[in-house]
Formats: sequence, C-alpha cells, structure tokens
Amino acid sequence: MIEHYMALFIKSAFIENMALAFFLGMCSFMAVSRKVETAIGLGIAVIFVLVLAVVTSNLIFNYLLREGAMAWIHPGLANVDLSFLSFLAYIGSIAALVQLVEMFLDRFVPTLYSALGIFLPLIAVNCAILGAALFMEQRDYAFGDSVVFAIGSGIGWALAVIGMAAIREKLRYSNVPAGLRGLGLAFILTGLMALGFLAFSGIQL
Amino acid sequence: MQREGSLYTVIFTTVLCGICSILVASAAVGLKERQQINQILDRQHKILLVSGLVSHSEKLSREGIQKKFKENIDTRLVNFETGDYATDIPVETFDPKRALKDPNLSKKAPPNLAGLVDIPKYGFVYFVKRQGQIDEIILPIQGRGLWSMLYGYLALDKDLNTVRGIIFYEHGETPGLGGEIENPRWCQLWRGRKVYDSAGEVKLSVIKGQAGTVDADPHHVDGLSGATMTSRGVTNLIHFWLSDSGYGKYIKNKKQQGSL
Amino acid sequence: MSAIFGKKERTTLIDPLFNNNPIALQILGICSALAVTTKLDKAIVMAISLTIVTAFSNLSISLIRNLVPTNVRIIIQLTIIASLVIIADQILKAFVPAISKQLSVFVGLIITNCIVMGRAEAYAMQNPPWESFLDGIGNGLGYSMILIILGFFRELFGSGKILGYTVLKTINEGGWYNPNGLLLMAPGALFIIAILIWLLRVWKPEQQEKE
Repeated sequence: MIEHYMALFIKSAFIENMALAFFLGMCSFMAVSRKVETAIGLGIAVIFVLVLAVVTSNLIFNYLLREGAMAWIHPGLANVDLSFLSFLAYIGSIAALVQLVEMFLDRFVPTLYSALGIFLPLIAVNCAILGAALFMEQRDYAFGDSVVFAIGSGIGWALAVIGMAAIREKLRYSNVPAGLRGLGLAFILTGLMALGFLAFSGIQL
Repeated sequence: MQREGSLYTVIFTTVLCGICSILVASAAVGLKERQQINQILDRQHKILLVSGLVSHSEKLSREGIQKKFKENIDTRLVNFETGDYATDIPVETFDPKRALKDPNLSKKAPPNLAGLVDIPKYGFVYFVKRQGQIDEIILPIQGRGLWSMLYGYLALDKDLNTVRGIIFYEHGETPGLGGEIENPRWCQLWRGRKVYDSAGEVKLSVIKGQAGTVDADPHHVDGLSGATMTSRGVTNLIHFWLSDSGYGKYIKNKKQQGSL
Repeated sequence: MSAIFGKKERTTLIDPLFNNNPIALQILGICSALAVTTKLDKAIVMAISLTIVTAFSNLSISLIRNLVPTNVRIIIQLTIIASLVIIADQILKAFVPAISKQLSVFVGLIITNCIVMGRAEAYAMQNPPWESFLDGIGNGLGYSMILIILGFFRELFGSGKILGYTVLKTINEGGWYNPNGLLLMAPGALFIIAILIWLLRVWKPEQQEKE
C-alpha cells in the first residue's frame, strides 16, 4: 500500500507535474515567479488550498454527485446522477474554501496571513486547483489516493514555481533582446524546465 | 430595497442560482440520451472497424452502424475464473466500468505490468459472423500507456491465435507520438501475427524498431517511434488480457473443446 | 451608442487581436492554450467554446451589473461562468464526442481561464451589454488566434498533418518527413508561444517590457 502511495506521489509531483506537463496554473506561475520569496509564499498557499480542495471535491463527488452516490441518504435516490454539476460544485467549494482559509488565518495565525494573504484570492482562480479536482474525478481516485495525489501535485507545482523564480532572479542581470524581455523569456525558461522534467517520464513505477 | 443589504444579497443569489440550475439541468438532461447513444454507437463502430466488416474510409449513418452490428455481431459474457460463458449475469445490462464498483462483480487484479488495480470478474467477447459462421472473436483490452489508460479491442481469428486486427478507442497519449496507436497503418501491421507460441505462452509483443514479416517474425510488431513507453504499455496489456488472469483460460478451454 | 457597429464597437472587437492580446500581453488564459494545441481540430473546438463562453458571460454579467451586490460579485460571476461552461461541455459531449474526450478536463478549466473572469470583472461590470458582448468575442478571438496558430504549427511539424490530412508525408507512413516530436510535447508549445510573443513585440515595440 505504502509503495502504491509513494508511486502516486512521485508521479503527481514529478512525472505529471501540474505546471510543466499540463500547464495548469500558468497565469499565476508567470505573474508571481519574479522573486523567490513571493514564489515560496504562493507555492505554500497552493499546496495548502489544493489539498483541502481536492479532498473536499472527492467527498462531494463520491457522496453527492456521482451516479448512485446519494443512496446513503435514501435508497430511492440510488439512480440520481448529478455528475454534470461537478464543475459548479468544485469551483464553489474552492471559492468558499479560500474564503474560509483567509478568515481562519486572519483570526488565528496572523503572521501566516500577512505572508500568504495577498495570494489567497489569486488561488481561487488558479486552474491547478480546479484541474486537480477534475483529474481526481476523471481518474476515479479513492479517498486515500486523492490525498496523496493532492499533496504530490501541490508540491510539484510549488517546486516548479520556486525553481522558475530562482532562475528569473539570476537572469535579471543578463542582456536579453528587447522583444523577448519579460514574458517571452519566461516562456522559453518554462519550456526548458519542462524539457528537464520530461526526463522523469521514462520512469516506470 | 438596499443593494448592499444582507436580505437583498440572499434573494439575489437565490434567484440567480435558481436560473442557472434550471439552465444547466435542462441542458444536461436534454442532451443525456444523445450522449449515451453516441457512446454506444462509437463502441459498436469501433468493433465493426476492428472486425474488418467496415473500413475506415466508409461513412456510416447511425442506423447503418446499429443494423450492421446487430446483423453480424453476437455478444457473450465470459467468466475469467472458470474460463467459460457466464450464465448468471445478463449480457445486456453488464457494464465493465460499473462492475468495478461492485465487489461481487470485480476483484483485485494480480500484480501486473499493465497498471490494472481492480478488474471485473467477467468480460465481453464479440463473435463476428460471416455467412452465418463464427469467423473471428473480438476481445476488449485495456491497460496503462505512458500518460493514460488505453482502451481497445483485439480481433482474433477463429483459431484463437492469429490476430485479425487491433484498435484503440480511448487514450490520452500524446498525439503524433503515443497517439499513433490509433493510426490504421500501424494497426494493419498486427494482422496475421500470432499470439501464442507452440507451448501456449503469450509471445505477441511490440518491439523497439522494426519487426520482420508476418511469416518470419510472427510474434513481433513494429514499435512506435518516439513512443517507447506507450509501445511497452501495449505489450503489457496484451500479455495481461491473453494470460490466465484475463481471457487465457477461456481461450485454452475453447481450443481444447475445438469449437467456440 | 449611435450605431450597432460604430467605430468604437469595431475597436472593441479588433483591439484584443494584436494591440491588447489576452495571451501575449495580458498573460491571461495561457493554461489551456498550451495543453489543447497538439492538434488543430482540438484547438479550434476549444477556441470556439471559449469565445462563446466569454461572449455570453460578458453579456449576462453586463445585463445584471447594476443589480449585483458588490460583496458577492466574484461568486456570482463564477456561478454564471460555471453554468455556461457546463452547458458548453454537455453540448460538446453530445455533438463532438471524440474531440470532447480528447479535451478531457480542459473544457472544465475554461471556468478558471483568467480571460473569462478577467473580462467579466474588468469590462462587463462597467459597460453596457452589447459592447460587453463584443468585447467578449474580441478577446475570445484574440485567444483563438494564438491557439489556432499554435495548433497549426504543432500539428504540421509535429505530425505532418493539418486537421488530420497528411501534408508532409512522414517516414512512418512511407514518406520523407521526419516529424519533430518535441513540438508535440509540453516544451514545444512554450517555445512556439515565446517566439510568437517575440515577433509581436518586435512588430509593436510599445508592448516591450522594461525590466
């Protein structure tokens, strides 16, 4: 069992890296990777929200939305299939979660709040989060799997954004063609990082 | 009424949610039947393609597919453990994907390279009839490629050893690389290859590089260039489904009995 | 609002194509731009879906812009967008099942596509319905343009085909063209998009960033 979870973790963090293999969360990836410090902040916030969101979505999907999922409420509901509502349910729960986390941090852990605060609203529309929830549904992960998958992909995303920020910090002193400065170069760098991560894809787990 | 008041907010959100849910639900319910028919038709079309009854260039109407399928294909269920036809389960309502959720209909797969965790206890076989005689059988196959599960059909001659065709109908491999498993030219290379060697071992594999002609090199198929992992996945899933964990027992039984 | 297609309306429609392209300049909605462009047909279906969703979300949000309570406006926008995306997804599943399967989760990800949200918040909340609708179409087209260019080059050089029809006969099929597999994988898309941005910024230097 441990072996299975380890494999899933490695796979979601490195082989199928959310940012570099599926391009998810690219908008904030590009926007917030200018400084390592902020990248670390965003990375941690993403891991945190992603795990909560995927776990919540997993429960919502398995106990409310999927075909026959509501049989536990009443046997008469065994044929109800609400899976078409999944997008709405996930995005709703993600938005609500972000709000809750924000209020919770503000009230109880103000230091963390001041560090992560500005990133939290950004995260509600970070497609890595919704993407992870949708992958969880599509690949039909059980509860344990979805926790490991969420931790793995969160860490993978954070690693990618921090690495990217580190490279961009170094590049500030280089002479780049005017048209390529900023966004253009960021894309090339991400491409090179993705190329590096492709090396993981041959690993058989 | 005040625009920032709580009561207004609640009423506004409720009305909006009501409108949205009516729209969404009517779209989903209204299109559901069409989606299901599409899926069934797609499977039937793929089975007809792999059987060779329909060619890739042929355009068929929905009714055409249904008619051809009904006339030429018989569906049976096989019990993987006994290797014989399942009599206790109705063929029409069995759904392999749903069976995985039912502990009576599924079990843990033995350790395998095809990336399968749970497998159903039963599986479909499709008989292709030509001039009223069973001419080939089609087995559903699935297993892990590089990025995704590959789902397909394998058509075998009535000798239960010679491949007549292969097709993959669902996968998430990179188009142009692993996605070439869809390429009819590549699928064509499988025709005539043999699954088992004389000792009854599954030998059919996708190799790296080029395989020989059907007669000289009957157990090998050309690898897909740039897609070693997907090719290996195909080999693994063929080995799994044609071994005793899958249809192997059934095939052995039928070979001994000498008839389907 | 004198004419339905006055000068102002035309600018609203055309501007996002080159002068204010959502992907190249505003860094919005790159997420899905890359993942769905391995084949041109996928890119086109995605582009059309996104354009329609953006246009209609802009339209409906603009219609109710004076009624929305400000403290819940983000959630309201998300609800409307999510509903439209679900409808789009159901329609795709019913009418183009093969492509819908390949797009997999990326149709759902239109919800978090920053273009849709961004335009709703930045434009539709302040402008009348018709202009918002055009703004939606314009931004959708700006996004579509990049997607289709990407899809074109990736499919052509990656697998030698356009829309599934062989243009450059590959070695695998007995021709002469040795396809460039890198273009089909993640890095290829990023490199092409970088080149596009570079070209656009050489052509229109005012878009260059000063770092």
